[in-house]
Amino acid sequence: MNLQMNNISIDFPGVKALNNAYFEAETGTAHALIGANGAGKSTLMKVLSGVYTHHSGQVYLDGKEVTIRSPRDAQKLGIEIVYQEVDTALVPNLTVGENIVLNELAANKEKSFFMNWKSVNSKATEILSSLHVHLSSHTLVSELTLAEKQMVLIARAVTTDCKFLILDEPTAPLSLSETKELFRIVQELKQKDVGVIFISHRLPELFEICDYITVMRNGAYVIKEAIADTTTKRVVDHMLGEPLEEQFPVRQAQLGEVMFRTKGLSDGGKVKDVTLDVREGEIIGVAGLVGAGKTELCKLLFGATPKKTGEMMLKGKSLTLSNPTDAVVSGIAFVPEERRKEGVLVEETVVTNLSASSMNHFLKFFSFLDFKKERAKAEEMINALGVKTPSTETLVKNLSGGNQQKIAIGKWLISDADLYIFDEPTKGVDVGAKKDIFNLIAGLADRGKSVIYASCELSEVIGITDRVYVIYDGQISKELATTTTNEEELLYLSTGGD
Amino acid sequence: MAQLNTVRPKPSFNIFDFLYKYGTILLIFVLIIVFAAANPAFLQTSNIITILRSISIVTIIAIGITISLSVGGFDLSVGSVASLANAVVISMFVWYSQPTLIAIGIAIAAALLVGAFNAFMIVKVKIPDLLMTLATMFIIQGVALTYTRGATVSQNMIMADGSYATGTISSFFAKLGQVPYIIIIMLFTVFIVHIFLTYTKHGRYLYVIGGNQEAARLSGIPVNKYKVIAYLLSAFFAALGGVILASRVMTAEINAGGPYLMDAVAAAFIGFAVLGAGKPNAFGTFVGAVLIGILANGLVMMSVPYYAMDIVKGTVLALALALTYYKLK
Repeated sequence: MNLQMNNISIDFPGVKALNNAYFEAETGTAHALIGANGAGKSTLMKVLSGVYTHHSGQVYLDGKEVTIRSPRDAQKLGIEIVYQEVDTALVPNLTVGENIVLNELAANKEKSFFMNWKSVNSKATEILSSLHVHLSSHTLVSELTLAEKQMVLIARAVTTDCKFLILDEPTAPLSLSETKELFRIVQELKQKDVGVIFISHRLPELFEICDYITVMRNGAYVIKEAIADTTTKRVVDHMLGEPLEEQFPVRQAQLGEVMFRTKGLSDGGKVKDVTLDVREGEIIGVAGLVGAGKTELCKLLFGATPKKTGEMMLKGKSLTLSNPTDAVVSGIAFVPEERRKEGVLVEETVVTNLSASSMNHFLKFFSFLDFKKERAKAEEMINALGVKTPSTETLVKNLSGGNQQKIAIGKWLISDADLYIFDEPTKGVDVGAKKDIFNLIAGLADRGKSVIYASCELSEVIGITDRVYVIYDGQISKELATTTTNEEELLYLSTGGD
Repeated sequence: MAQLNTVRPKPSFNIFDFLYKYGTILLIFVLIIVFAAANPAFLQTSNIITILRSISIVTIIAIGITISLSVGGFDLSVGSVASLANAVVISMFVWYSQPTLIAIGIAIAAALLVGAFNAFMIVKVKIPDLLMTLATMFIIQGVALTYTRGATVSQNMIMADGSYATGTISSFFAKLGQVPYIIIIMLFTVFIVHIFLTYTKHGRYLYVIGGNQEAARLSGIPVNKYKVIAYLLSAFFAALGGVILASRVMTAEINAGGPYLMDAVAAAFIGFAVLGAGKPNAFGTFVGAVLIGILANGLVMMSVPYYAMDIVKGTVLALALALTYYKLK
């Protein structure tokens, strides 16, 4: 069976996520879909699986046009999707068997009041064994590992007559042996004449498992090639295309002493053996793709997650962080990726947000607040950062993403730290605000502060940093001077090349 | 996109917002007018003092709940803690002939132990606050009952060995529960906590934690420390309420503090909306307690039987919750 998507366009407020995108795949093959962050891979697959319905364009199965208006429509046509966040699709306190036949249970075709446990378990066992997965259908899903949960979801997808199975970044959270097991199942599925569509950032594994590769860029189709006829280098070139013009501040780094260094740092989970250092006045980049462990590393450096092994030194002194409060006291600031959940207090006013990390600067006597001083400082910050807000008393939830981010950064400018950690600071920020944020960060370095800039936007890493650490699968895989590298090399390294 | 947000909110008159901000206070005036029309005695000074006296204990306990609500928590155990403090303070006088300050001190220390237990289970063991304090509520109710051996503690009571209890309650202690002291203590409590929550760093931290715990933590605010403080303060004010209750009735009845829970919760939730604060606050809680007090007093004057009073109070709580959560939508 042949699947074709033609002229697919979709708009979100302020963004054209897909622009006449094209995609084509065959059953019985594994098909890679790749592109830089924001290229529209996931959006395209959400259109195919019926999650987004306000698109234009056509979908054809074997040359016949079909309409997909809901996930249910997609399932009826034999199109199934397994998301990276497996837990959202599983019911943890039910058994493997129940979860596998969940869709059928919900449909209740037999119209019976009682559960037919025998058929639930025999059906589930049959599907599991056909995929050669060794799981008991009686096990509770809450007791499974992440990889096993994925297997359960894949098994559920193939209970119905599945023609195309979309795997959205399935290997990001998996270990090497688990990935091998997943690949074996992909092979099994190909044998069963299922078309597997594989979204991943890890190029080497795509070359291992897929037959074809489609590259997307800026919401549009670039090229489809047989894996056998291409190379990682060619794919990276297609992903990047023409470099985007970005406005980065011109700066001459004045490097001082080593401000902060880590040795063999691990969190016992994702982050393994990280050794890095940053000097006064230096901006270092932590470049890595989604799921590479940037956020985990940043939180570890800020004391938000406990460290398992390794050591940290700040200004030549050993540093022990048992919580973020310790980090703030030591002079470390952190602007987290999840802005609305972690970076700002959306239900509080601008002034409360700006002073939250430096309350002690605004006390009159004992613990009494000096509201006047607090408001004056907030107004000063709003002007300095160019925050667009009606007043200091506006609730932060009413500001745009870029202005919220300026607030999240501004609160640390008031507290005056020595080391600033930024995790994806430009995520969901419009172009104008982006430029302001780059200027801010450059300004920090000019004042002798140290900056760690973690991002998957490799062009930004190239534009703003002095030195780059590439992170892959929770480990630093390479250290480079920014002037000696380019976006292409960073992407190559970030996708597991060496 | 940034430009869109510079549009100022329209200054149009919104009837819901107006009612949300001033509805409680308007309702209080309406009730006063209705009750005064039905019975002119309602507006007599003596009756107004009666109302204020009747809400004193509720208000003090509700202030404790307000603090636990400010960190996004909830303390259901305040009624039991008040019972415990009541039992301990009376028994210290009657059974052990202790001086006033020692008796009060021990009662409050016992309550703080309960607060510390709650805080530990909620902050460290990570049990949801509502469930944990529900458990504590029953535990402490049982502890208070066991301590008093299921009997009412009072002066000259018959002890287990058949003799009479010889201890007496000091006259200073007896004054605490009388007008005007009881009302002064209540107003002082409201004032101090209002200042604490609104004008100090600590109050700001409590609200910030209540708003978004993770963002507060990543701003470097010691979240756990402040949650512990909140539950300790909640227990402290519950104990203060229990001690005043003891002084008012001069005995320790079985589960005497229990009935105050519902009124206190209602007062705190009504307080959310007062003057559009949108969050738990001491002044609002006081207004909430006044509303409940007027309602109860007026309805009794209009010969509504006392056993029907819970219907009214429960309904008021439901309405206050409806207002709060509808607004959050």
